[in-house]
Amino acid sequence: MELGPIDGIVERYGCEPSALIQILLEIQKENHWLPGEALDRVAEKLEVPLTRIRHIATFYKAFSLAPKGRHEIHVCMGTACHVRGAKRVLDKVQEVTGIRPGETDLALKFSLETVNCLGCCALGPVMEIDGKAHGKLTTAETAEVLTSYE
Amino acid sequence: MPRFHTPEDLETFRRELLSGRDPHKPCISVCVGAGCLASGASEVLDAFRDELARQGLEAEVDVKGTGCPGFCERGPVVVVYPEEICYLQVKPEDVVDILSQTVKEKKVVDRLLYEDPASGEKAVKESEIPFYRHQERVVIGDNIRIDSRSLDDYLAVGGYAALAKALSGMTAEQVLEEVKRSNLRGRGGGGFPAGRKWEGSRNAPGDTKYVIVNADEGDPGAFMDRALLEGNPHAVLEGLILGAYAVGSREGFVYVRQEYPLAVENITRAIEQARSYGLLGKDILGSGFDFDVEVHKGAGAFVCGESTALMTALEGRVGEPRPKYIRSNVRGLWEKPSVLNNVETWANVPLIINKGADWFTKIGTEGSAGTKIFSLVGKINNTGLVEVPMGITLSDIIYKIGSGIPGDKKFKAVQTGGPSGGCIPESMLDLQVDFDALSDAGSMMGSGGMIVMDEDTCMVDVARYFIHFLTDESCGKCVPCREGLRQMDKILTRITEGKGKEGDLETLQDLAETAREAALCALGKSAPNPFLSTLRHFRDEYEAHIQEKRCPALSCKALVAYWIDPEACRGCGACLRKCPAGAVEGGKKTIHVIDQEKCTRCGTCFEVCPDRYAAVRKISGEDPPPPLPEDQRAIVKKSEKA
Repeated sequence: MELGPIDGIVERYGCEPSALIQILLEIQKENHWLPGEALDRVAEKLEVPLTRIRHIATFYKAFSLAPKGRHEIHVCMGTACHVRGAKRVLDKVQEVTGIRPGETDLALKFSLETVNCLGCCALGPVMEIDGKAHGKLTTAETAEVLTSYE
Repeated sequence: MPRFHTPEDLETFRRELLSGRDPHKPCISVCVGAGCLASGASEVLDAFRDELARQGLEAEVDVKGTGCPGFCERGPVVVVYPEEICYLQVKPEDVVDILSQTVKEKKVVDRLLYEDPASGEKAVKESEIPFYRHQERVVIGDNIRIDSRSLDDYLAVGGYAALAKALSGMTAEQVLEEVKRSNLRGRGGGGFPAGRKWEGSRNAPGDTKYVIVNADEGDPGAFMDRALLEGNPHAVLEGLILGAYAVGSREGFVYVRQEYPLAVENITRAIEQARSYGLLGKDILGSGFDFDVEVHKGAGAFVCGESTALMTALEGRVGEPRPKYIRSNVRGLWEKPSVLNNVETWANVPLIINKGADWFTKIGTEGSAGTKIFSLVGKINNTGLVEVPMGITLSDIIYKIGSGIPGDKKFKAVQTGGPSGGCIPESMLDLQVDFDALSDAGSMMGSGGMIVMDEDTCMVDVARYFIHFLTDESCGKCVPCREGLRQMDKILTRITEGKGKEGDLETLQDLAETAREAALCALGKSAPNPFLSTLRHFRDEYEAHIQEKRCPALSCKALVAYWIDPEACRGCGACLRKCPAGAVEGGKKTIHVIDQEKCTRCGTCFEVCPDRYAAVRKISGEDPPPPLPEDQRAIVKKSEKA
C-alpha cells in the first residue's frame, strides 16, 4: 500500500490520537487489510506507540493483518440463522473452499468469516458474498452458489 | 434550504411544507431496510422509477425508499398512499400492474395482498394485517412514511416539534422532570430509568458533559436499533438533543457499529442536515443552547456495547470495561459525566416531550411504561420487528403477531435478552413481558431479541452456542469471564459431542456461579445465563446427552445417525446423487441404503429426500436398523405385488 493516502487519512482526522480507530477503519476500507508498514506510518504520524496500534488492530474484528481474497464470504452465525441450520451451511462452505473462518485460500479467491447477524433474519440461514445476500440456503444450494464465483 | 432562528421559524416552515404537499398525490413507499434489500427491494425501487420515467409520470407520483416497517418475512414491502394499500413480496415485474391498476385506476392488485393462511381472507391496509393489528407502533410506525434521507419528510410527520416545544417553553429541569415522570427505562439491556441517569449527570460537578447514543447493537438476531437509525435517524437525533438540553451537555456522540454502513450513512447525513437547518450547532432555535454531535464507528467488538467499554473505545483505545465504583453518568468519557442511552431509548424521548409523561405511562405496565420493539426471529412464521406495549403476553407475540411456528412443529422455548439472556419454556407463555417479569423468569429484556425455538432445537446446543459466542467476545480483562467461559464452552461442546460425563453439570454450575459473582462487567456477570436458564427449564435434555448419549431434538451432529426406511424409499436417487460423501448405495428400482461408515452426517440426504416419500430418518441414542440384505432391495410396485 502507498503511504501517501495514509498521510491524507491521518491528516483528515487532524492527527488526533483519539481518532486512531477511525483512521485504521479508513485504511482497512481502502486497502482491505492493514500492512505492517501502514501501521508503522500511523504510529509515526500520530506519535503513539506501535504496541497500542497493534493492540487495537488485533482486538477489533473489523481489522485484518493479512491480505484478503477476491471474494469475501460472510456466513451468518446469528441466533436466528443458528437455529435454522447455519452450522450445516458453514460446514459446506469449509468443505468446498478448503478454508476455515478467518482464513484466505492460497489462490486468494475466497476469504471466509463468520458474522453474528446480518440483520436479515427472515432469510436465515444466510451467507453474504461480496455484500450480496444468499438466503434460505440448504447445503446443496450453498455449494451451487460457491461454484458460481470465479 | 431554510435556517431556523426561532421555534416559530420551524413551525412556519412546517406549515408551508404541508400546504405545498397534496395529501391526495399518489406516493409509493418501498422499504429498503436490510431485510427487504436482501430480498431485492432496490431492484423494485429502480423498477418504479424507470417505469414512471417511461410513462412520463415522474411529476405526478412520488416514489421513496424508506426504513424498515418490520414485516421482513414478506419483503420487499411496498405501501401505496394515500389509500395505504400494503403490497408484500413485490417483484420488479409487479411494478407495471401496481402503477396501472392501483395508482391510475385506484384498484387493488389482489395477488400482492396479505392473505391469512388459515381463513384465506385478504388484507388491504397495513393495519388490517394480523401481524400489525396487535402491535402499538408509536416509535417505529413512521419508518414507512418517511424517506430516511429527508429532513423535510421528518418535519412533515411532526418532527422536531418536541425540540421546538422544549426550547421555547420548558426549562432544562422541566424536560428532565417530564422524562423522570414518564419512567422511561433504558431499552438497551439493563432497564435503568433514563431520567435518573440524566439527573445524576446534570447534578455532577463540572461544565463539560457528554450525551451518547449507543448504536453498537451486537446481539445476534436483533436489529431494531439498526432499523430505527437507518429508517428514522432524526427521531434519534431529536431525542439526543433534548437529552443534552436537559443534562446541560454541549457535545454528543453516536457510537454505531461499522457493520451497519447504511445506518452510519443515514445518521451522518441527518446530523449534517440538522446543522444546516439550525437544529444543531450554536444557539439552537435562538435559545442560546449550543450542541453538536459526532459519529464514531465501532470496529467490531461485542463488549463495546457495555457502557464503560464503549466510552473507552470512543477515546480511541481498546474497548475494555472498567469497574463501576463511580458510575459513568458521573465520571465517564474522558472522566466527564456522560449519559449513554441506546437508540430506542433516545427515540422515545421526543414522544414523551410532545405528548407528555401521562400519555406515556398509560401505555405498558406500572413498572415498565411505554412500548418495546422486539425482533421476532428464528422458528416463527412472521419474522420481523414488532413494537408492542409492555405487558403483552409472550403467547400473543408468538401466536397472534408471529402467527406461530412453521411446518406444524411444536414450540419449545423463546430466548430473550440476547446472548446473556435466557430461554423461557412453553409453560411460561402466559408471562406478561416487561423488564421485571423477564428477570423473574431467569431471563432479561436485553435489547429485545426474541428467538423462537421449536422441537428441532437442542437446548444444550443453544447454551453452547451462546457461551461460545461470549467466550469469543470476552475482552479478556478479568479471569472469571476469560477462563471460566472458556472452560464452560469446552465442557458444553464435549456434551454435545456425546462425550459428557458425570459431574459435568456440577462443574458448569460452579463456573457459572463464579463468573456471576466475580466478573468485572455486566457482560461477564450475565454470561452464564444461557446455561443456567436452560438447565433450570430443560435439565432432562442435558441428562439425555450425558447419560444416554442421545440428543432429544435430533440436532447434535455427533449424536445422530441417518437411515433410509425401506418401506418408504422409492429409489428415486435424489440422495444418491447429492450425497457428498458417496455414502448412499442404490440404483434404479432399488431401495437405497446409507453406509454408516462413510456417512459424515451432513444431513443432505434428509433435506433432498422428496416430501412425498420422506424416507430418510434421523435417529439418536441408538443404532440405526441394519440395512436390508442386497437381494431384498428390489422395489416391487404395489400393483405387481397384488
